Amino acid sequence: MSMRTPLGSARGLGSAKTGLDHWWAQRLTALALVPLAVWFVVALVGHIGADHASVRAWIGAPVNAGLFILLIVATFHHAQLGLQVVIEDYVHSEALKLAALILVKGLAIVLGLAGVLAVLSIAFGGA
Amino acid sequence: MAEFTLPKNSKIVDGKTWPAPNGATNTKTFKVYRWDPDDDDNPRVDSYVVDLDSCGPMVLDALIKIKNEIDSTLTFRRSCREGVCGSCAMNIDGTNTLACTKFISEVKAEARVYPLPHQPVIKDLVPDQTHFFAQYRQIEPWLKADSPAPERERLQSVEDREKLDGLYECILCACCSTSCPSYWWNSDRYLGPAILLQAYRWISDSRDEAAGERLDELEDPFRLYRCHTIMNCTRTCPKGLNPAKAIAAIKQQMLARRV
Ligand code: SF4
Ligand code: SF4
Ligand code: FES
Repeated sequence: MSMRTPLGSARGLGSAKTGLDHWWAQRLTALALVPLAVWFVVALVGHIGADHASVRAWIGAPVNAGLFILLIVATFHHAQLGLQVVIEDYVHSEALKLAALILVKGLAIVLGLAGVLAVLSIAFGGA
Repeated sequence: MAEFTLPKNSKIVDGKTWPAPNGATNTKTFKVYRWDPDDDDNPRVDSYVVDLDSCGPMVLDALIKIKNEIDSTLTFRRSCREGVCGSCAMNIDGTNTLACTKFISEVKAEARVYPLPHQPVIKDLVPDQTHFFAQYRQIEPWLKADSPAPERERLQSVEDREKLDGLYECILCACCSTSCPSYWWNSDRYLGPAILLQAYRWISDSRDEAAGERLDELEDPFRLYRCHTIMNCTRTCPKGLNPAKAIAAIKQQMLARRV
């Protein structure tokens, strides 16, 4: 039982003065993923039956490597933004919510970095 | 976590059946949610068999008839009985609507009448709307202008007045907000479709000079951006309004002042 006025609890801690960036980034990454995904699938199909060396050479070509990195970044950024919304919608314990958000964002960074580094190492002829 | 099941003391049990009066031939059963704060009983669903030959055409007519002739303990809100006050909003056959504008002929053979979902119940069909109206107060729903008041009214062009169509008609019945899953899970911070439509009504009023301030107050991950365009609000609005569209327009204005 709280003695707080209804208006006081409705106003709460006030406006966070943010939200548009998240919403807009989610839409932009969705938009970017459409052509990137089409490009990726078409390229994959085009390489059916190709040998290891020629696929590596294709990935390592500058434009392909660039698009590949964009695809990876957009995918993980978009996924991470979306999962954040789901967590904020459904997890109402502050501690659990914070932990889940850190986990999801951390995982997205680690996996995204791993993907980008893999492409770069192919592009620059590493192992 | 969001709650998907009812707590033990909220589980609904079968209640009494009130049979049709003798000789009634044209009847319909109304299954009505009952809960009384003064006893420790769980909520129950009472069945009332109503003689339609001596009943008005709307669900509200049937509820009034039940209260007058069958069971005077049945509690509900109503005032205008013509869809302008918003008092009689309730869940009829699974859809939030106004009992006074819902034809009995449009509901199933056994009409299920429940209070608006996911609101604390005061008694029977009466939900506690304290928080809902505090949220309305929070958006400061009045005209704000620094320019001194002219001698007569503040003028508005015909075109600017038309921008309020589809907004000013809202009667704050809360049918939309209480049908919105985002509002169910996060109404402590999310304003919900009704209040956001009202906020947009002031943002788009050409006589108001506080649009920027109003947008600042809404720029918040919970207050505004919990809307995921699920559209339940628009589907249920008994006045045929489109809160989802108003919310999308607010987001567009947020963007418009940035790019
Ligand atoms: S938008 Fe429609 S459903 Fe929502 S409060 Fe207004 S009149 Fe009721
Ligand atoms: S469109 Fe937005 S406000 Fe309407 S029901 Fe969906 S989430 Fe709720
Ligand atoms: S009684 Fe006023 S809207 Fe139904």
